Amino acid sequence: MGDDPRLIGSRFTASGVVSFPVSTTCPKSSTTEQEQVLLPREGTLWSWTIQGFLPKNPPYAGRETPLTFVPYGVGYVHLETGDGEGVLVESRLTENDPKKLKIGMPVELVLTPFTTDDDGTEVVTFAFAPTSKEVAS
Amino acid sequence: MSDVAIIGIGMHPFGRHPLTGLQQGAYAVKQALADASLEWKDVQYAFGGSDAAGKADTMVADLGLTGVPFINVANGCGTGGSALISGYNAIKAGAADIAMAIGFDKHPRGAFDPIPEEWGLGKWYGDSGLMITTQFFGMKIQRYMHDYGISESTLAKVAVKAFSNASKNENAWRRKPMSEDEVLNATMLSHPLTQYMFCSPGEGAVALVLCPADKARQYTNRPVYLKAAALRSRPFGSFEVFSPWLSVERGDSPSVGAAKAAFEMAGVGPSDIQVAQVQDTESGAEIMHMAETGLCEHGAQEDMIQLGDTEIGGRLPINTDGGCLGNGEPIGASGLRQVYECVLQLRGGAGERQVPNDPQTAFTHVYGAPGISACTVLTR
Repeated sequence: MGDDPRLIGSRFTASGVVSFPVSTTCPKSSTTEQEQVLLPREGTLWSWTIQGFLPKNPPYAGRETPLTFVPYGVGYVHLETGDGEGVLVESRLTENDPKKLKIGMPVELVLTPFTTDDDGTEVVTFAFAPTSKEVAS
Repeated sequence: MSDVAIIGIGMHPFGRHPLTGLQQGAYAVKQALADASLEWKDVQYAFGGSDAAGKADTMVADLGLTGVPFINVANGCGTGGSALISGYNAIKAGAADIAMAIGFDKHPRGAFDPIPEEWGLGKWYGDSGLMITTQFFGMKIQRYMHDYGISESTLAKVAVKAFSNASKNENAWRRKPMSEDEVLNATMLSHPLTQYMFCSPGEGAVALVLCPADKARQYTNRPVYLKAAALRSRPFGSFEVFSPWLSVERGDSPSVGAAKAAFEMAGVGPSDIQVAQVQDTESGAEIMHMAETGLCEHGAQEDMIQLGDTEIGGRLPINTDGGCLGNGEPIGASGLRQVYECVLQLRGGAGERQVPNDPQTAFTHVYGAPGISACTVLTR
């Protein structure tokens, strides 16, 4: 796991549609010719919510209990891949305070600890965090 | 081809009940037959289904082994609507003079545990806590509120109206009126939606008897005509539940296409509608579906709802029976519940919740995963 994680998507040649994750067929053009693309690490928040209750297991693999559960943010992040192309990727958000989340705010990809496997191995997942660098308002 | 009439309606009350889903379905069938002064042996074609309460055609054991062709329908949230469209087409095609459409379901508290692989998704999606329907509803209305200036007060007023209407409906489940503050201050499930802004998985059954319009008066002196029934799956660019990604190019929801097709088929426009039932899985859904179906412009809902336009007695009463919020969501039954309510309203038989001024034209809209919508237009 490097310090510069990236998400990988498919860009379909015929339509320019970018999907996440990599998929076989373009839902717009029904074609399959594609290239894999590294999605940019930085994007903007397109919409968001806060998961306010402990999801049911299964399918959820987290090991929290109702007592230890901490609500988490979920959102769609607009990642631009150039020439007006891009994709809205669904992701966890590191921020869970509704007052600190705003549509259009800059966010960046991070890896975040998620849970532990049966053998104790730590499992991480991708998430987006409010961008740390200064942004002109 | 003949037009299609609805000559009998039957319902098993929604909520929680000791009967199985199938028994509730059979109960609704018997109610609908009695309403049309018909017997089960008169039914020439039946279409029915549930999402999680068993095989519809096995209810012939409870209704009578007449040899009737009975086709099971399974189409998720569109199950009831699909049964109705099948019945509509059977009448149109001349395959039957009396057809029955049945929808029923029985879901326990907290039902709906999706398995990613069954939805064509990787296991990671469920593992990581993204496969939760309430998140989709939260994110869709969050974006919509941002784009069209809908307030949290308006979200709450949708729920307040639902419980108020349900309190006047003896078949509804959530019949206790609630204040706007109670709705807003309830547990936040998926921001900006609180507990009472969401419907709950529930139980119930509805059955409808159809016949050719020109024969309707043999059975009833108050037929309601099913002028259109249309179903659409999602087009490219729609925003649907369980989507690891969305396209940058945004498009219409399936509700837009289904409503447009239904209005074209019926030869009436959204402005002709005098009472409507639209899918209100949560408060935001009712607001967005009002515009997606063409009943109003995007953004007009804020003023309409604040002014009470969608209440019984308002300019365009919506979800007069309490909707999914007031009745719960038995997936296979909800689409037909909407039609049942519109038939009652057009007959003038809705009692305490009757829409005034003798409505002539009604509309229903059901919507669900993974992006399907079914709409009907009904007239007197």
